[in-house]
Amino acid sequence: MSVTTPFPAPVLRTAGDSALIVELGDGIAPDLNAAVHRLDRRIDEASIAGLIETVPTYRSILVQFDPAVTTAEVLGGRLLELAAGLEEAGTGPQLRWIIPVCFGGAHGEDLDEVARRCGMPAEEVVRLHCTVDYRVYMLGFSPGFAYLGGLPAALHQPRRENPRMATPAGSIMQGGGQAAISPIAMPSGWHLLGRTPARTFDLRRDPPFLLAPGDRIRFTAITAAEYDRLEGIAGYLPDSETVSVAAADPMVQGAAA
Amino acid sequence: MTTHLRVVSAGPSSTLQDRGRIGYQRYGVSVAGAADPLLHAAANVLAGNPPAEGAVEFTLAGDCITVEGGTVRIAVAADAEVAVDGEPAPSWTSLRLRDGQTLRIGALRSGMRGYWAVEGGIAAQPVLGSVSTHIRSRMGGLDGGPLKAGDRLPLRLDQAPDRGEHRLDPSLLPRRSGTLRVMLGPQQDYFTAAGIEAFLSEDYAVSHEADRMGCRLDGPTIEHARGFNITSDGIPLGAVQVPGTGRPIVLLADRQTTGGYPKIACVVGPDLATLSQMRPGDRVRFAAVGPEEAWRIRAAQREAFDALPGLLQSAGAFALYDSARLLGFNLIGGAVTGWD
Repeated sequence: MSVTTPFPAPVLRTAGDSALIVELGDGIAPDLNAAVHRLDRRIDEASIAGLIETVPTYRSILVQFDPAVTTAEVLGGRLLELAAGLEEAGTGPQLRWIIPVCFGGAHGEDLDEVARRCGMPAEEVVRLHCTVDYRVYMLGFSPGFAYLGGLPAALHQPRRENPRMATPAGSIMQGGGQAAISPIAMPSGWHLLGRTPARTFDLRRDPPFLLAPGDRIRFTAITAAEYDRLEGIAGYLPDSETVSVAAADPMVQGAAA
Repeated sequence: MTTHLRVVSAGPSSTLQDRGRIGYQRYGVSVAGAADPLLHAAANVLAGNPPAEGAVEFTLAGDCITVEGGTVRIAVAADAEVAVDGEPAPSWTSLRLRDGQTLRIGALRSGMRGYWAVEGGIAAQPVLGSVSTHIRSRMGGLDGGPLKAGDRLPLRLDQAPDRGEHRLDPSLLPRRSGTLRVMLGPQQDYFTAAGIEAFLSEDYAVSHEADRMGCRLDGPTIEHARGFNITSDGIPLGAVQVPGTGRPIVLLADRQTTGGYPKIACVVGPDLATLSQMRPGDRVRFAAVGPEEAWRIRAAQREAFDALPGLLQSAGAFALYDSARLLGFNLIGGAVTGWD
């Protein structure tokens, strides 16, 4: 690997008799997670014999395989080959979802509290949320639950002291240094900022999952009336656009500079 | 009228399961699937199904179901008492039941989970490629939940063909022991040498906190070397995670896809079925194996699956009241008890 790489050498970890973990580093960081998603795409494109599925996460990928077809040794060698040169930008297009959000009020009960804690007007909290590209770092916890990286540092706040037993589906939440979109009603200790009429998980819709690991997200503020209108559209899908990886990935630009 | 089964009463936790939901863990979807795939396959093969067909997994005690409509063929793979219309009937044998007949599966004499399969399968709509029930996310099965009294289970087959019945001698299935073979990792470096030593040399007991998602074990504390938080990563089947308490939890079919506790080891696939059949208080030991030994264990498991059809014996015609045969089945039941 080149000396300019921001990552240590990839590490293979044994994960039982039919899985491996390829780990690119530790912690939650945009450049590290970008590399994870580049590697995940390479693995997908490589169509490796015996590979069953991958689970990309913040800093690693769980690779499940069929031990009747391949071995950890063969697969591990292939994964390390694919993990070489990850500091270079990938070539594929990047999907960016434009997610409409009704912020504050009944749709986001904690907006004013977050604004107070951050020492800024609520309008500024909304503006900050709508001017950054979030990235789907990973999905986990429950089907379609998207952990988003990219929350501006000025908005970082600890979780609520008192978690709610129920939060509505489509909640835009923040907790610590992360944001999330909840797929279904669930308990949560994160701050509720707003709600989107777009459902990230709906089995009646094809595709059932809106967001894939690595996707970009841009929030756009809408009124309560617009929220109601969009929510009334059966199988509603928000707009999306493809952006070039270089434009969407400031860390790649940074590495190239 | 289509043939279906009416649930008269359900066991404590009975769910439809196949081999699980493959390919969606990246979206946060748990795999689910049979906790004991070999027994699940045995029930299916007995009923005349492909081994991975959806079948009902019951916990501690089985279900009571009435046939409505046509004729069905059902097989129970479990060490449990079975009755048809109140008369004793054999488990590990396919049974052809007419419209109006009621099958009752009692408490398990040994083990934690049993299976019953119906020829042709239950006509559940697959969700993301699988009929497996995942209760926590309300996915799969008939309505995302366990069987309950009053449920109507539609069947794919209206009339089970009239042919000879089969039985399977469960003592011919691979023996299981209280030693669970593990491969160390992925995060064994989060534990001290003493912690790994305790894990591999001490007895652990299955606690009451054990379900399809995971099995918490009681025993000596496993010492962490550098905290018990990792950046959340993927959880492989059989991962032994050790939270701050130092007490290990083995993660099973219904596990979450990602988690933030370090995992000292992973139980080799086939031995997870052994664990999933253990009851609270049962004792286990962990033994570390390398990749070659793990591969051999897997290969033996594949052979056991492939051998199932060859284990079928003719049970003659449907003869519920043949007491000599019933006595034989009770003896087989005794052999099964040796599993734990």
